[in-house]
Amino acid sequence: MSAVIDTHGHADHDGHGYQPSGLMRWVTTTNHKDIGTMYLWFSFTMLLLGGVLALTLRLELFRPGIQIVNPEFFNQLTTMHGLIMVFGAIMPAFVGFANWQIPMMIGAPDMAFARMNNWSFWLLPVAASLLVISFFVPGGAPAAGWTIYAPLSTQMGPGMDLGIFALHIMGASSIMGSINIVTTILNMRAPGMTLMKMPMFVWTWLITAYLLIAVMPVLAGAITMVLADRHFGTSFFNAAGGGDPVMFQHIFWFFGHPEVYIMILPAFGIISQVIPTFARKPLFGYASMVYATSSIAILSFIVWAHHMFTVGMPTAGLLFFMYATMLIAVPTGVKVFNWLATMWKGSMTFETPMLFAVGFIFVFTMGGFTGLMLAIMPVDVQLQDTYYVVAHFHYVLVAGSLYAIFAGTYFWIPKWTGRMYDETLGEWHFWLSLVFFNITFFPMHFLGLAGMPRRIPDYASQFTEFNQIATVGAFGFGLSQLLFLYIVLKVSVFAKGEKAPAKPWEGADTLEWTHLPSPAPYHSFHEAPEVK
Amino acid sequence: MNNKLGRLTGGLLLALYAELASAAYQLNFQAPVTRIASEIYDLHMLMMYVILVIFCVVFGVMFYSIYAHRKSVGHKAEQFHENTTVEIIWTVIPFLILIGMAWPATKTLIAFKDTANPDLTIKATGYQWKWGYDYIKGEGEGVAFLSALSTPQDQIHNQKPKGENYLLEVDNPLVVPVGKKVRILTTANDVIHSFWVPAFGIKQDAIPGFVRDTWFKADKEGTYRGQCAELCGKDHGFMPIVVEVVSAEKYTQWVAEQKKKTAAAAEDPNKQWTAGELIAKGEKVYAASCAACHQPTGKGLPPAFPALDGSKIATGDKNAHIDIVLNGKTGTAMTAFGKQLSDTDIAAVITYERNAWGNKKGDAVQPAEVKAARK
Ligand code: HEM
Ligand SMILES: [Cu+2]
Ligand SMILES: [Cu+2]
Repeated sequence: MSAVIDTHGHADHDGHGYQPSGLMRWVTTTNHKDIGTMYLWFSFTMLLLGGVLALTLRLELFRPGIQIVNPEFFNQLTTMHGLIMVFGAIMPAFVGFANWQIPMMIGAPDMAFARMNNWSFWLLPVAASLLVISFFVPGGAPAAGWTIYAPLSTQMGPGMDLGIFALHIMGASSIMGSINIVTTILNMRAPGMTLMKMPMFVWTWLITAYLLIAVMPVLAGAITMVLADRHFGTSFFNAAGGGDPVMFQHIFWFFGHPEVYIMILPAFGIISQVIPTFARKPLFGYASMVYATSSIAILSFIVWAHHMFTVGMPTAGLLFFMYATMLIAVPTGVKVFNWLATMWKGSMTFETPMLFAVGFIFVFTMGGFTGLMLAIMPVDVQLQDTYYVVAHFHYVLVAGSLYAIFAGTYFWIPKWTGRMYDETLGEWHFWLSLVFFNITFFPMHFLGLAGMPRRIPDYASQFTEFNQIATVGAFGFGLSQLLFLYIVLKVSVFAKGEKAPAKPWEGADTLEWTHLPSPAPYHSFHEAPEVK
Repeated sequence: MNNKLGRLTGGLLLALYAELASAAYQLNFQAPVTRIASEIYDLHMLMMYVILVIFCVVFGVMFYSIYAHRKSVGHKAEQFHENTTVEIIWTVIPFLILIGMAWPATKTLIAFKDTANPDLTIKATGYQWKWGYDYIKGEGEGVAFLSALSTPQDQIHNQKPKGENYLLEVDNPLVVPVGKKVRILTTANDVIHSFWVPAFGIKQDAIPGFVRDTWFKADKEGTYRGQCAELCGKDHGFMPIVVEVVSAEKYTQWVAEQKKKTAAAAEDPNKQWTAGELIAKGEKVYAASCAACHQPTGKGLPPAFPALDGSKIATGDKNAHIDIVLNGKTGTAMTAFGKQLSDTDIAAVITYERNAWGNKKGDAVQPAEVKAARK
């Protein structure tokens, strides 16, 4: 391995000589590390906001009867919880990781389009403000679910228009971010780093970025049609005018299913970095991981109608979408097996990132199993739009995507801040999250099986007990995340904690660990490292 | 102080535990009463067993590895990172398992879709927020009625104890004969709803402007309860479905009663009503069809659901008032009630609205006027 490259002292001749300070530093920055940091803090803010909405829902659902929110407001809360978590918390968090990590992992000095990078980020707070403002306009926030099915969404007040604009803006931000990521990965790798030598995280983001570029415009089309139906007298989704409400669902889910993979592929990438590091053993089946990820991405375009098994499709259509969906379980299984084989005969230690990664495999896989159950069309008929589906997607998105975000944060925060996080507290955070997550969401499987529909503010008395357990768990889970906030604040904003060495993890072998000090200098890899 | 807090939390936990321990936790599907529902039940069980086996094998391996291959027990990492044979095996085996699952699923799916040759055809129409049933073909042809939640508001708002079938009870249940193939056509009047009866294993979206179908053949008499399963606005949680499956004789009897009721209700459209009669009748219609949005107080829930008390339309020109009730207002939740209510009902409810709360128009709308305004 070559020696650590001196990346200091470039301040005058790197073209970034002028550095505003204070707030303007953040507004004008084109530095991938600054932008990554902003993405991550934005995402965490949205996580807390979306979490407060969810806890309000859980409080209302603690008992049958209407207690604290009326049904219209309840629908606004479910809708905004979903939109904020998907577009505000999970997606931007992964873009934050991409910003920090991709240049460092491929040995590039920054992202390819540094100014566009700034713009992609700063669109997000604008979109988030629109979403928040929508609560205060006449009629309140969008209340048609995060899926904004027409024609319910054509019935809403101006809050829906704000929601649509917000989605448009976030979509534009995602597309710009993706173009940037693709260009960076394809053009700025250090000499010697062929595609098949790239770290797995970079691979998964390359594929994710292509997915985003392919489907965000589709979402934009769908919501623009809703907008036109609402205001310009068109009838895309109105049967009375020759349109078709079901067409909205086809278009939405053509975006929506790849979207769920957009939210999980970067998570797969993070897990694929963490597991080999703490098993002190190379990733098993690197090539087959790349192929599995690509096939998941391709398959994700032909399974969308499994979200629509009850709209009344012809038998042939149902069969096709059922078989295609079941097929996705194969590459998903391959990934899980590869991680296990990486752990097998390793020399494992269980610091917080590894705990979250193992927790991810364990709990995410349960979400995969329920996904397989839902793929079976006749079974899905009973479970569609029930709490079973709510359980399924929280197993894959919270125990999947969010746990990976936690794993990645603990893994890289020494590199980002130059400080070691508090290991004891980190482990507490893991165990609390794991236990409370399952207390919250496991009972929802039973609720769905027994027949409780999702998105209802009040329920029949026989569902009471499991709902109470879920509510207790949800508050535990929510409060546990404050611990995470404390752990991160301590090493970042307050710069407390033990100093981190350049490579705190024995098994780490990617460029950011082997070639850069901790914290990573503001400008890194001005001269590309040599990769063998 | 600490002690007190401790005792308090202890007491609370104990109370919570007592409450939880006394309840019946349903862990699986409702007991199936149709062939399709029991096939779905079996499919789910089969899948569960397969999944449990896979779960135990996969996580057995993982936890063994966590136990044995730790640095703290001195395990040294090996450096293998590929093995084509293993990789082929763990691609092919899941594939074969999937084929094993797809086979029974396909059979059930095909049976599920076979709506041919029904004994009875009923159209279920989703409204915001109730169901309408029209018996279209077979015994009972011509019977039609609306079916809305019958749980009283004060139970929902926790002013009275909740009844046994809280939120799963309706004024007029759907009645069908046992052992007969019933085909349900679904459609909707405003937004998408979904007709779901878990014990029958059916769920079919009701789509405005389109007709879809599903079927069931109930093997056991009884009362079966379901709910709308597609978010359809404010009262989505409050539009249950109740199906009473009765013997052939009871069904015939029920049909005769319904026919009699319809005949009695068919009023002479040219009859002149007094304002008092109209207002009395209108109040009932209002409570059933309008109060959910415009509220019993007439104050509405602005801005989505405007107030009628003092509103321009309810205190203005009669014809505009008739028009909005008959034809609805597109782009809002205000439906065209012309499709749901009779001329008499519409005349009555309009008269009521013009004379209730602070509205003191003092005029009345006759059924004949509504009839004239139709078309
Ligand atoms: C083995 C892999 C998976 C399979 C076979 C699968 C299958 C399904 C099916 C059939 C549904 C529709 C359920 C219904 O509405 O009735 C569904 C819903 C959903 N899945 Fe998955 N899934 C898998 C993995 C994932 C992953 C990895 C994610 C995201 C990280 C995900 C996120 C979701 C979400 C968000 C929904 C619900 C969307 C909504 O209706 O709001 N799934 N899944
Ligand atoms: Cu999907
Ligand atoms: Cu509904």
